[in-house]
Amino acid sequence: MTDRLPGFSTLAVHAGAQPDPTTGARVTPIYQTTSFVFNDADHAASLFGLQAFGNIYTRIGNPTTAVLEERMAALEGGTAALAVASGHAAQVVVLQQLLMPGDEFIAARKLYGGSINQFTHAFKSFGWNVAWADPDDIASFERAVTPRTKAIFIESIANPAGSITDIEAIAEVARKAGVPLIVDNTLATPYLTKPIDHGADIVVHSLTKFLGGHGNSLGGIIVDGGTFDWSKDNKYPMLSEPRPEYHGIRIQETFGNFAFAIACRVLGLRDLGPALSPFNAFMILTGIETLPLRMQKHCENAKAVAEFLAGHPAVAAVNYAGLASDKYNKLARKYAPKGAGAVFTFSLRGGYDAGVNLVSNLKLFSHLANVGDTRSLVIHPASTTHSQLDDAAKIRSGAAPDVVRLSIGIEDKEDLIADLEQALSA
Amino acid sequence: MNHDNYDDNYIRGILNSVKSIAMVGASPVNVRPSYFAFKYLAQRGYDMIPVNPGHVGKSLLGKPFVASLSEIGRPVDMIDIFRSSAHIMPVVDEALTLSPLPKVIWMQLGARDDAAAAKAEAAGLKVVMNRCPKIEYGRLSSEISWMGVNSRTLSSKRAPIPTQGMRLSLNRMSVGGAATTASDRAAKNKNQLM
Repeated sequence: MTDRLPGFSTLAVHAGAQPDPTTGARVTPIYQTTSFVFNDADHAASLFGLQAFGNIYTRIGNPTTAVLEERMAALEGGTAALAVASGHAAQVVVLQQLLMPGDEFIAARKLYGGSINQFTHAFKSFGWNVAWADPDDIASFERAVTPRTKAIFIESIANPAGSITDIEAIAEVARKAGVPLIVDNTLATPYLTKPIDHGADIVVHSLTKFLGGHGNSLGGIIVDGGTFDWSKDNKYPMLSEPRPEYHGIRIQETFGNFAFAIACRVLGLRDLGPALSPFNAFMILTGIETLPLRMQKHCENAKAVAEFLAGHPAVAAVNYAGLASDKYNKLARKYAPKGAGAVFTFSLRGGYDAGVNLVSNLKLFSHLANVGDTRSLVIHPASTTHSQLDDAAKIRSGAAPDVVRLSIGIEDKEDLIADLEQALSA
Repeated sequence: MNHDNYDDNYIRGILNSVKSIAMVGASPVNVRPSYFAFKYLAQRGYDMIPVNPGHVGKSLLGKPFVASLSEIGRPVDMIDIFRSSAHIMPVVDEALTLSPLPKVIWMQLGARDDAAAAKAEAAGLKVVMNRCPKIEYGRLSSEISWMGVNSRTLSSKRAPIPTQGMRLSLNRMSVGGAATTASDRAAKNKNQLM
């Protein structure tokens, strides 16, 4: 008898969770504790030496957080996951396993503005050098590969304009270069796109967005696809070489196809420290249970709002891959057939001033720097999320001065359209 | 038998039925994967026998090393081979001379020899390749979930009260094979390259 594979919605509710053995609590309890008692000295030594599975200290792992990790690994089709304090923390921890000072990674130009800053400035001081490539020009990734390239980083649905990245084409570049492909799947969520199925080796998320979904908790996650052979050469010593901090253990040899997640936990999170609070893990887990329902509504509303805007005389252009006329529609139908997400941009004929007026006239949309909330959100990227980029870089990343970004919530779409209509005519 | 992707019931059946395990290539060095797996399986109640000609005269967690399978001197249910793929066949050949025959040949993570597997299967043995019994036990009992690992199992039943801090039940409902579709695909591609 072959095991039956449950559907996405079943996994979203059940994966990783089980009624509590002691109390029978059906919902995953919040294990709000820093530390866990050892059975005896040998048990403690086994845990510290990575010889046994178990809990030591919440900076390294926590039973509430572990449920979130397994659930995300199941939803993405990965072998294991590690939750951390934010999406930014996930990126630091991932690259720490892959890059040594002086190494390089290639990143798509179209990224969340915070990631562009992190890669350009913060990582530079670690000696990790980013080379930018254009996700609409696959050859630009090939040209950026050097002997020091250790990874390629892209977003599946890219901030801010909701453009769709050709994951399989870039995965092929990564495969030829012998480096892992890291995909930030925040705006798509595994409900819309599963990057590992398209050749990604590592998936990262800001859980803060659609996964948590209610705008109440920060979190990040790293999902190990279990697909990359870290020991085929000596490019990734954190995984292939004996680790002095664990008496000479080789991580991949010991942990096989979930070695990357273990390296992130015991070499990254343990030593860098960006642990997720168990309370936040609980909030995000609760959010994930309704992810499929919410994403359906987010996408349905986004398409309706995008269609309304596309027909409005004050609007110069709408960038939403879910519109048949959009340049990314073909890729959207391949990579996100259930919907093109709920974050997109548009520009106004009235330029920068009209954009600023629109934001201030909206009554239901909230003007703030987040996406993926139940509430509909609006922001002017050029003056906020992407403000630290120069004008040329703003335009390249899809955040030109006249562009407004929306994150469409799960309210009634008629109310969202009415709010935009009154704000556009005010 | 599809050696690229084992059904959970196959692995569960093996781990639930074998009682004694001879580990060929067991190491007394406490940072080696074989040491981890030996200790873990011994703690789960398996009767473990370390086999390594280089360490005869020593013992591993109280169990004396023997030089070869034929020197165990009593029936053994499973042979767990901690050797690289190139060194599998002689071990399987020796295992097939034992009387009674062992029930299972298990080759560790990274080790695979399809010819040796076919020979053992022809003699009526079950074979697992490129897997770790410690990881599989941890996965099927969901104990490994504490490390954020995708156990590929679900359960709506109350978990057993932890013993020694561990969830020991192997009887959860499986929802997939031993690894994931993507990891199986990667493993298959790797095997084809070899």
